[in-house]
Amino acid sequence: MAASDFRALEAKNRRQTAVLVAVFVVLYGTLGFGLDLVMRNIVVVNGQFFGFPIVTVFALVIAVIQSYASFYRGASLVLLSVHARPLEPDTPQHQMVIDVINEMAIAARLPVPKPYVMDDPSPNAFATGRDPTHSVICVTQGLIDEMDREELQGVIGHEMSHIADYDIRTMMMIAVLAGGIAMLSDFLYRWMFWGGFGMRGRGGGSRDSGDNQAGALIALAVFILALVAPVFAQLLAMAVSREREYLADASSVEFTRNPRALLRALEQIAKTESPLKAGTAGTAHLFMVNPRESAKDDGEGFFANLFSTHPPLKQRIARLRAMLGSAGATS
Amino acid sequence: MGFLIIIVAIAAWVIYAYNHLIRLRNGVDNAWRQIDVQLKRRHDLIPNLIEAVKGYMNYERDTLTQVVEARGKALAAPDQASRIAAENQLTAGVGKLLALMENYPQLKADQNVLKLQEELTTTENQIAFARQAYNDVVLDYNNRIETFPSNLIANNFGFKPAEYFKTAPEEQAVPKVDLTIGAPRA
Repeated sequence: MAASDFRALEAKNRRQTAVLVAVFVVLYGTLGFGLDLVMRNIVVVNGQFFGFPIVTVFALVIAVIQSYASFYRGASLVLLSVHARPLEPDTPQHQMVIDVINEMAIAARLPVPKPYVMDDPSPNAFATGRDPTHSVICVTQGLIDEMDREELQGVIGHEMSHIADYDIRTMMMIAVLAGGIAMLSDFLYRWMFWGGFGMRGRGGGSRDSGDNQAGALIALAVFILALVAPVFAQLLAMAVSREREYLADASSVEFTRNPRALLRALEQIAKTESPLKAGTAGTAHLFMVNPRESAKDDGEGFFANLFSTHPPLKQRIARLRAMLGSAGATS
Repeated sequence: MGFLIIIVAIAAWVIYAYNHLIRLRNGVDNAWRQIDVQLKRRHDLIPNLIEAVKGYMNYERDTLTQVVEARGKALAAPDQASRIAAENQLTAGVGKLLALMENYPQLKADQNVLKLQEELTTTENQIAFARQAYNDVVLDYNNRIETFPSNLIANNFGFKPAEYFKTAPEEQAVPKVDLTIGAPRA
């Protein structure tokens, strides 16, 4: 791939990140505004707003700080949330993983990502970071135990291509921001039950006009938004990540010049059933294969596709087989 | 006026095309340095590995000597072309050595040998990948030099096509079919 392709991809991912942050800030602001209405920091009288929306301002400030933090500290947050630790060359296998990461960085013409490991018996891997010079590759202990050198090259090549085309930045922002939305809406949800409705009971006597009914309606809308927001964030993550898995598989083959490497790795993973312990909804889309469902009931069809962060393993394996067929004829 | 615009446009294109060629040529130099680092590392590793295995591998004197000689030739090579030829011989020799080491189970018990073996294996892979990256960069650069209209600039400013790092003929002749049942060393 020429350097200009990477530049175009970086520009595309930069736009996506900007849209993501904008959506996030607006969502936070709306949720904050809803809280203001429920808390009666602002009241509606004759179609006009009175009072100071302190929670809205607070939510917007938090949203900006969190966006900033997730850009610069996102990788550490993601690594923290899956309990990953730096990979040390303390065993021959660990040394081999570090060596393979070096090899694939040379093949991809990228700086060497920092290696991390998470103690999980299920074979999986992910890459994260804001750009190639600040990237990490994290593998599970299960992957290290089950893969030989060739298979590892395929897996690391796949992750390296996510780094090369700046997927890691978008994915990291989604992971951290979606986590923030889930936290906020959880908080809002509880607050409305325990605080919000209690307060409405107390203030019930002073209900004077239809305006506050409008306020209650807006509060209800925000309440629904709080419920829907995490699902929305999740859908976004799914849509962005699915197509890119095929792309990363193809680039992995371009780096290794060996379709068999990744093919063998995916077939090996398809045999294992144990889902990842640390695979939460917030980070599922980062991983090489979907950590949340066992490979056996890997669904196909429209709905399975819509609600999955990854294309079915079977289809990925089939595409690699096709590549192997055409490469075998030439080499 | 129109004449002036044409002159300025041509000058702008010349500057752009020249700078682009310079960037590509620097890319080629940089890619070569990446290979060079790995080749030097291999030169440093080989004496250690030979020292560690020669006690075990008494019957492989020929291969060991071949590797040592190829290393000596690569170190003494006067120019890039003969260097590439010698390094290719060395690659073939190291590949053979690493394969032969599989026949000596007692080597697997020696921690020092295992460590050196892994280091040499990854160096070999890094050389292969660095060569692949280098050849890709050379292809871009040579295409630029030889195609119209940038070839006009290349000819006038003395840009010469870069040399590909071709693999040795015997290495290409080996069919890329792996029939081993155990874990292959990719």
